[in-house]
Amino acid sequence: MKVTVDEEKCCGAGQCVMIAPEVFDQRDEDGIVVLLEAEPDGAHHAAVREAVSVCPASAIQAEE
Amino acid sequence: MTSTAQIPEYPMPRAAGCPLDPPPPLRDLQEEAPLLRVRIWDGSTPWLVTRYEEQRALLGDPRVSSEPHHAGYPSQAARAAKGGSGIGFILMDDPEHARLRKMVASPFVVKRVEELRPVVQKIVDDLIDEMLAGPKPTDLVQAFALPVPSLVICALLGVPYADHAFFQDNSKQIINRDVTPEERAAASGRLAAYLDDLVAKKIAEPQDDLLTRLGERVTAGELTRRDAASMAVLLLLAGHETTANMIALGTLTLLRHPDQLAEVRTAEDPKVVAGAVEELLRYLNITHGGRRRVALEDIEIAGVTIRAGDGLIMANEIGNRDPAAFTGDPHTLDIHRPARHHVAFGFGVHQCLGQNLARMELQVVYGTLYRRIPTLRLATDFATLPFKHDGFVYGVYELPVTW
Repeated sequence: MKVTVDEEKCCGAGQCVMIAPEVFDQRDEDGIVVLLEAEPDGAHHAAVREAVSVCPASAIQAEE
Repeated sequence: MTSTAQIPEYPMPRAAGCPLDPPPPLRDLQEEAPLLRVRIWDGSTPWLVTRYEEQRALLGDPRVSSEPHHAGYPSQAARAAKGGSGIGFILMDDPEHARLRKMVASPFVVKRVEELRPVVQKIVDDLIDEMLAGPKPTDLVQAFALPVPSLVICALLGVPYADHAFFQDNSKQIINRDVTPEERAAASGRLAAYLDDLVAKKIAEPQDDLLTRLGERVTAGELTRRDAASMAVLLLLAGHETTANMIALGTLTLLRHPDQLAEVRTAEDPKVVAGAVEELLRYLNITHGGRRRVALEDIEIAGVTIRAGDGLIMANEIGNRDPAAFTGDPHTLDIHRPARHHVAFGFGVHQCLGQNLARMELQVVYGTLYRRIPTLRLATDFATLPFKHDGFVYGVYELPVTW
């Protein structure tokens, strides 16, 4: 799985961090997404898929 | 053309005896079509978007605007149509919305919210101590549900302890249905003036809180002090009554589902309480007046053409009950249902900035209140409870409880 994020689209809702904290983090100053793992382990794939589906700004892409 | 007589009015009343469910006609309208015309208070006929998928698509569509000054915007009421004061970024589009939202985002970052959890736990424990030491029955709304978020917002903004009573009193005035519009405006003005002064103090003596951060923006020339105070009032308005209503209405709902309440009370895995929070947010969807938008361009969706200038109302209260989006029977409460994808916090770039703080507060509340007071029960008939049918945010005006 290859994950990419779009900082321009991100609105800092933080749902991805709640769901997959090993893969996503947020900038402390404005909440914008920080990608920790561009190619996460299989153990995190389900959580990444959920993060993609709930992201309110469609700012996360995951290619499998 | 559909004749005028066939266009349903929105919003519509809930069924007598079913105050925890959305109005029954909404369920029929959802089955009938994903989008249809409704008539609102001013006689206009915006689209009502009934289904989850279309609600999410439109709330996430940059061709859809949140700005009430556009012709066709379906205002919630005459007082809203006049427009708010200050700089409500809730009613702005990007890029200005994003610029302002980012300025206040830092305390809502997930890691910062987690740091606040012990503070919230102490607030909740102290309020329960006071309640247990006081008379019973008592009104859970006044004694507990309103003070919790008010004190959390104090902590987040950096309101000194000595001013908490002033802050709470005026916050309550703003949402009290028994005060006149003048009194409400006066309370709002007192808070804005107070926060304006406090921003000045934070500029002089910086601390680790949101008003200090807003003070830095003032010093940098990106905001006026008045704008900073307005943003603080906006955060108070957005986070106070909403969370309070989820505390009281969530408690009432669990009291009506004693088996599920027992699970929440005894669960050792925090995921059970977290799941209950999501399911209660979905089931109750307290922002029940529909999310209001207007199309800026023609949009094709679900076989319908929305024209530029058409008003849109996303009825999340029924979207969150859409059988296509949730497993099992979405009209029942099931704390084990996967519900994290609900739209109780909205969707798109305006999705609630404080959602993770709200989640954490509710996790602490639901995870503590029923353990500390295991015999908590309603001290009046369910049928006599005063519900906020007329409120922008749904809830109960009072919830007499005993133990």
